[in-house]
Amino acid sequence: MTDQTPVPAASTLETLDLGYAPAPEATDHVRIRDHYGLLIGGKWVDPASGKGFKTVNPATEVVLAEVAEAGEEDVDLAVKAARAAYDKLWSKTSGTQRAKYLFRVARVLQERAREFAVLETIDGGKPIKESRDVDLPLAAAHFFYYAGWADKLDYAFPGRSPRPLGVAAQVIPWNFPLLMAAWKLAPALAAGNTVVLKPAETTPLTALLLGQVLEQAELPPGVVNILTGAGATGAALVAHPDVDKVAFTGSTEVGKAIQRTLAGSGTRLTLELGGKAANIVFDDAPIDQAIEGIVNGIYFNQGHVCCAGSRLLVQESIAEPLIAKLKRRMATLRVGDPLDKNTDVGAINSRQQLDRIEELVASGEAEGAELYQSPCDLPARGFWFRPTVFTGVAQSHRIAQEEIFGPVLSVLTFRTPAEAVEKANNTPYGLSAGVWTDKGSRILDLASRLRAGVVWANTFNRFDPTSPFGGYKESGFGREGGLHGLAPYLDLS
Amino acid sequence: MADEERLEVRKTYKLFIGGKFPRTESGRSYLVTEGKGGKPLANACRASRKDVRDAVVAARAAFPTWAGMTAYNRGQILYRIAEMLEGRREQFADEVSRSEGRSRKAAGAEVGKAIDRWVWYAGWADKLAQVFGSSNPVAGPYFNFSVPEPTGVVGVVAPPDSSLLGLVSRLAPVIAGGNTAVVLAAEQRPLPAITLAEVLATSDLPSGVVNLLTGFTAELIGPLAAHMDVNALDLAGLDLALFRDAELAAAESVKRVVAPVNLPAKAWLDDASGQDPYWIAAFLETKTVWHPIGG
Repeated sequence: MTDQTPVPAASTLETLDLGYAPAPEATDHVRIRDHYGLLIGGKWVDPASGKGFKTVNPATEVVLAEVAEAGEEDVDLAVKAARAAYDKLWSKTSGTQRAKYLFRVARVLQERAREFAVLETIDGGKPIKESRDVDLPLAAAHFFYYAGWADKLDYAFPGRSPRPLGVAAQVIPWNFPLLMAAWKLAPALAAGNTVVLKPAETTPLTALLLGQVLEQAELPPGVVNILTGAGATGAALVAHPDVDKVAFTGSTEVGKAIQRTLAGSGTRLTLELGGKAANIVFDDAPIDQAIEGIVNGIYFNQGHVCCAGSRLLVQESIAEPLIAKLKRRMATLRVGDPLDKNTDVGAINSRQQLDRIEELVASGEAEGAELYQSPCDLPARGFWFRPTVFTGVAQSHRIAQEEIFGPVLSVLTFRTPAEAVEKANNTPYGLSAGVWTDKGSRILDLASRLRAGVVWANTFNRFDPTSPFGGYKESGFGREGGLHGLAPYLDLS
Repeated sequence: MADEERLEVRKTYKLFIGGKFPRTESGRSYLVTEGKGGKPLANACRASRKDVRDAVVAARAAFPTWAGMTAYNRGQILYRIAEMLEGRREQFADEVSRSEGRSRKAAGAEVGKAIDRWVWYAGWADKLAQVFGSSNPVAGPYFNFSVPEPTGVVGVVAPPDSSLLGLVSRLAPVIAGGNTAVVLAAEQRPLPAITLAEVLATSDLPSGVVNLLTGFTAELIGPLAAHMDVNALDLAGLDLALFRDAELAAAESVKRVVAPVNLPAKAWLDDASGQDPYWIAAFLETKTVWHPIGG
């Protein structure tokens, strides 16, 4: 060692920018049309009313396209097209043939995955990391999984000869636009039904692109019809008298309205509705893993997830250090441009949803809970909300009872497993739950006592086409995924 | 005095709530006759909406106990119900015959079938998880399995035509799956249902698993269908004219609803149409559990 050994000047480290360089995903391979029509009977048509609405990029508020708004006449035409396709063709198409169409769709989705992922992110605001690594692979996997069932239905239900129901009306939400279309279409088509699909108002573009993929796969005309529109379009669709089966994913409020619409009709119905999942962390849990699970549970997809772990139940003895760690981790979340490959939390899906989140967060403060928000910069334009956590939450607070559907976590504490179970079950919902503990017997005990359709142990927000998903209580009824997900699309009598 | 004819002791028919036999809190009754417009048989309780609420409270209280038992244990208790019924065949045959205005022989056949139906469902209790559950091969390092669990408190409208066999055929699948029940007995023929409650009360069935109300269906279905602590409804026995309103009320808490099915009386005797494991499945939820695999 000599005096000449270079020593980095402190000032170098101070001036060095340790932040991420922007890493935007390329968008030049995605073509968005100015105008989109409705897919009815294999043709892209304008709505009878000539009306349309604009879909915007929630990260920039830039208008992306004008999309047709289907009215009652269009709904009727689409149901008629689906009925004709069912009667004349699809109900007579062999299971093996149906399977091959669905396998084709799965393959095309894989081939065009990046195009879909980018479009999903542009239209819905979710981080490209998620649309690329979660939505698209799962959507393709759903088609691939149910394709294989199409000619094996006789093995699925002991003592039964399954038959398709006819025309299925499917209304899907904006949080996983393409993935929800896949969850709905794949089992319906595998079972031999034809479909009228209504994508969400704020995220129609990937469903419309999927329509093009179905054409590319040469799925016969009328087997899948796609109607864009808002709530009124969906309401007209589910109320159509020639629909045999309705499947809806969305809010509990709308789910109840649909159940009322169908009251007395005998039309089959499955509902996948809201949730207020408890993510329960015991003092023996692997804390660092649990922190990742909590973050993934509530900030994944900006918290626009029906099964989001929106209530953290933490054992009292570790509450303080765990919350401190959680806040440190939250500060590292990268919030911003959804197309940036480093982004963890993207844009809130719409102005309307942002308003709802802001209203509920204000109620949390007004009711006395303590607010902490990730100290990040937000882009000047677009719809954004900082990752947020409330501590000191009481069970009676609105933020502990109502689904916020945003990046807002409510923290409650418990002392005993029995108290954890009681608090976890103390909502009208029952979609999902998480349990973090090192003790296997405790996991199985809690898993059996939590009134929820999906229980994640030492993990959260995992999905798979083979794994049944759906709720207890007011989170809806029926399952999607797995063998169980076929049953709602079949006549088993 | 010595050759005086013995005067029969008549039974007072009451409700069955939480393992007890209370009268309706309303103090009301209605006349039950042999067949339609026939000889008077008894004054049955005309239950009120408050009785419905009491029954739901009892059913909810019993749910953790019943759902928490082993399936083997539930199966044994259902089998015990069959044993208890077997010992009272004659009594039930008489009562069904009088209630339905049918021959003693036809009624006897129904009672025999009702007993066999309990036996059939008793055997299902510990097979549901294997028939309706699954292990799911997810594409990742997770052990993933799905198990059927009971939905919760189920409101059952007993079929109007078949006072015992119809009731047993709808009630047995509900409790075989671990649910608890609030039953509206057949309005015109409620007596065999109440006598069945005496069997249930002596079969080791925990109090409150089955609660049974007699009265006017049109008056009771509203409060039952609208009750926020009822999770599901079996409306197989409901008059179609009442169905829409019941389902409208049911939507308020997203209840699972089985629609009315009009089975002809003789169909209940037929195993092919009178019993079905999928009737159990109608009141089961599927729970899926994910657990990581790794060292």
